[in-house]
Amino acid sequence: MTDLLAARSQMAMSLGFHILFAVVGIGMPALMAVAEWRYLRGGDPLLKELAKRWAKGTAILFAVGAVSGTVLSFELGLLWPTFMEHAGGIIGMPFSLEGLAFFTEAIFLGIYLYAWDRISPRAHLAAGVVVAVSGALSGVFVVTANAWMNTPAGFTLVDGVISNVDPIAAMLNPAAFTQVLHMTIAAYAATGFATAGIHAIALLRGTPHRAFHRHALHIGLLVGVPAALLQPLSGDLSARHLAEFQPVKFAAMEAHHHTGPAPFVIGGWPDVTTGENRFAIEIPGAISLLMTGSATGSIPGLDSVPPEDQPPVGIVHVAFQIMVGCGVVMMLVGLYTIVRGWRRRRGLGTPLPNDRWYLRALAFCAPLGFIAVEAGWTVTEVGRQPWIIQGVMRTADAVSPMPGLVVPFVGFTLLYFGLAIAVVWLLYRQIIKTGVDGTMRPGITQELPLPRITPATSFPTA
Amino acid sequence: MSPEMPLITLPHAVAGVMVLSLNAYVLLAGADFGGGVWDLFARGPRRDEQRSAIADAIGPIWEANHVWLILVVVLLFSCFPRAFSHLSTALHIPITLMLVGIVLRGSAFTFRSYDRQTDAVQRNWGRVFAIASVVTPVLLGICLGAVASGAVPLVPIDGTRTFTEVYVRPWITPFSLSVGVLALALFAHLAAVYLAWERPEPELKQDFRARALVSAIAVFMTGTITIVFARADAPLVYEGLTRGFTAIGMHTATACAGLTGVWALWRRRWLLAVLAAAAQATFLLWGWAWSQFPWLVPPSHTITDLAAPRITQQLVLSVLGVGTVILLPSFVYLFRIFKGRGTVFKQLDG
Ligand code: HDD
Ligand code: HEM
Ligand code: HEM
Repeated sequence: MTDLLAARSQMAMSLGFHILFAVVGIGMPALMAVAEWRYLRGGDPLLKELAKRWAKGTAILFAVGAVSGTVLSFELGLLWPTFMEHAGGIIGMPFSLEGLAFFTEAIFLGIYLYAWDRISPRAHLAAGVVVAVSGALSGVFVVTANAWMNTPAGFTLVDGVISNVDPIAAMLNPAAFTQVLHMTIAAYAATGFATAGIHAIALLRGTPHRAFHRHALHIGLLVGVPAALLQPLSGDLSARHLAEFQPVKFAAMEAHHHTGPAPFVIGGWPDVTTGENRFAIEIPGAISLLMTGSATGSIPGLDSVPPEDQPPVGIVHVAFQIMVGCGVVMMLVGLYTIVRGWRRRRGLGTPLPNDRWYLRALAFCAPLGFIAVEAGWTVTEVGRQPWIIQGVMRTADAVSPMPGLVVPFVGFTLLYFGLAIAVVWLLYRQIIKTGVDGTMRPGITQELPLPRITPATSFPTA
Repeated sequence: MSPEMPLITLPHAVAGVMVLSLNAYVLLAGADFGGGVWDLFARGPRRDEQRSAIADAIGPIWEANHVWLILVVVLLFSCFPRAFSHLSTALHIPITLMLVGIVLRGSAFTFRSYDRQTDAVQRNWGRVFAIASVVTPVLLGICLGAVASGAVPLVPIDGTRTFTEVYVRPWITPFSLSVGVLALALFAHLAAVYLAWERPEPELKQDFRARALVSAIAVFMTGTITIVFARADAPLVYEGLTRGFTAIGMHTATACAGLTGVWALWRRRWLLAVLAAAAQATFLLWGWAWSQFPWLVPPSHTITDLAAPRITQQLVLSVLGVGTVILLPSFVYLFRIFKGRGTVFKQLDG
């Protein structure tokens, strides 16, 4: 493994790990705040239990998000010192703003988690809202920094020397809006659907706490469904943006090899040597029609740049397909949810716990948002290769001169692998198992016994 | 690259803010690490009480405390990008090890708090948490010591020097190692003093008071050793620490704070002990900053040499200004809720 490859793999692994926790950090506080708000509006006391239990899981995930994020801030220098030497002064602004958002988030999360009985219910809810807003803002700021790598702005470059730095223009670079919009919606779609899916599984398996899981499922859908419906629209906006500003990434994503009319390529594996897509279904002219309004409109292909400037098209194309696939499924389930809700209001259809196919669909959707997030970032990052700053600096020129980078790569991979196992096991043992396991004393967890189990909420023999 | 005394400029202001954040990190997160040290050395009949006292004190606030370090890093790479790039290359190894420590400390602590309270898993998480709490401060001190001693000058890294010469030797010096141990002793001392002040139970107060006194001696001894090593390894620091009125003033202040602290512990003046310990740590840190001034990467580059464009500094400082207005009240609120009431904190009341 070359040092460059090791560095890239370490960066990809660390970011791919961190992003899962970051997404939860954006989405979960919103869910908790909704639950608590509904409770304060005179809702079921179960809603408060729900908010508490979610808070517990979030605390575990937040801690891992915070430490893995810290690792990332150092890794920017450990792995890409030349990049940071030039970029630091330009994109420092969003990172400082992000720091501010972290502080706010960490302070109020501490309050939210540990001060249930120390402050008034309203102050507590307000703390939850602050956590949700600042979590979303940290995502917004860091994504503008990433967007700058895709569409660098806010400086002039003459003979390799950077001058006229304008950090505000850099932050408001052309890609910032579409990326921020798409990422923020993604966080809500992913957490909303994951939550709904997990509680759907509990209902499917037959749980003594039906009312509890129905509340949870409902709130998950409340946050997830609107986001899942908006996501394809926002993705379309991103794609149009790419076609204009990053045509090579766009060509790689659509596996469009030769400049000219572009078909819509579904599936398949792009072969760079022949310039064809094996095993793919192609709808001729469809992309041209979408982008230019005419089926014969010309779209720049991968061959519009020399081979050394082309990204690895296979990974980008496949990742894009995965993301869109996940997005379409989530959107369809979202649409069905709306139809179902509308029918239920008219007294038609089956009640939720008996609608087993719908619950199964939700369970299937649980991981899709997270898979789409990973795939989407692969499109963005790998599609930008071989550039670390599009058109300005090559990844190969940015890497650390230190030899043996494979050692930290392997080390961090093992560390994160261990952490991932620990987190999953802990969540399972502390949050999920205690809820459905008949051998435990009744209660959602040992610490949070349920108020009461009335016949109406008890478990049906199914 | 002139070593004459410069005027105070924008980059100096940013550097000052960085030392301030580091100061906050030492006083707040430092004590969280120190708590981990005492978790490792929890002894005697009240071992479990000591451990849960430590966990109660760290629980709600460690993440907020931890952000101070992130702030230092962000300021470094925004406002002194060349320094960041160079230091993270030359100190790649200790920084990486420190990160491993940070990851293990934070996650093991959280896992322990949220896992079941009674089984062997608890003890294992606890051990990871405690060991990481000991190792991480040492590595942090090593990195600071290496920079201060001028062992990592900003020169191009080319093929003329061996791997060891570039990536290992600069930070394996008696001086930087002693700074590492000093950091550990200081953090442990802070934690013991805070805990002695915070806990209402007389026995626990007594336990932590004894630990505070022992660690006060450790701080004094490692501090002295550090100065001795500085003479050989870190001439710049040594000069800064031994010459001029300011140096004498700094020493006097640090010594006074140290002695006051011991006296206050002896007489059980808890609040005074806390203030004195915090003051001692603060004076130590600013003493180092002062001895290094105006160098950012001694002995080759000053703060002004390495500064990012003016506009970046201005914007970052404005962000910090706005941030202070929002965050200061928030911090006060956080600490009002959880600290200084002297009540027993029910862990994870919920
Ligand atoms: C729940 C997650 C999720 C879902 C369902 C989708 N995406 Fe996505 N997508 C992301 C999560 C995501 C992301 C992880 O958030 C990315 C990575 C970078 C970014 O800004 O957003 C992204 C990037 C991304 C990009 C690249 C942007 C760039 O490089 O600047 C495009 C063109 C799309 N998406 C398009 C779509 C389309 C057409 C979808 C149709 C259904 C879609 N995405 C669903
Ligand atoms: C502000 C946010 C981000 C920044 C500053 C950033 C920066 C970088 C840098 C410096 C690299 C190494 C150079 C390269 O190979 O391109 C990289 C690679 C990569 N990043 Fe990002 N990134 C960000 C967000 C993300 C996220 C959230 C993911 C999530 C998975 C991600 C996925 C990747 C991947 C997969 C690579 C490897 C690309 C390859 O090997 O070809 N990035 N990123
Ligand atoms: C685009 C992808 C990213 C998104 C959406 C994102 C978002 C977030 C969010 C929401 C948090 C809050 C903590 C949590 O909820 O777990 C967080 C934590 C953190 N992130 Fe990221 N992040 C991304 C990439 C990065 C990168 C590239 C860096 C480093 C340069 C970074 C550095 C950090 C740090 C230091 C923390 C810890 C803050 C704390 O202690 O509270 N993040 N991130």
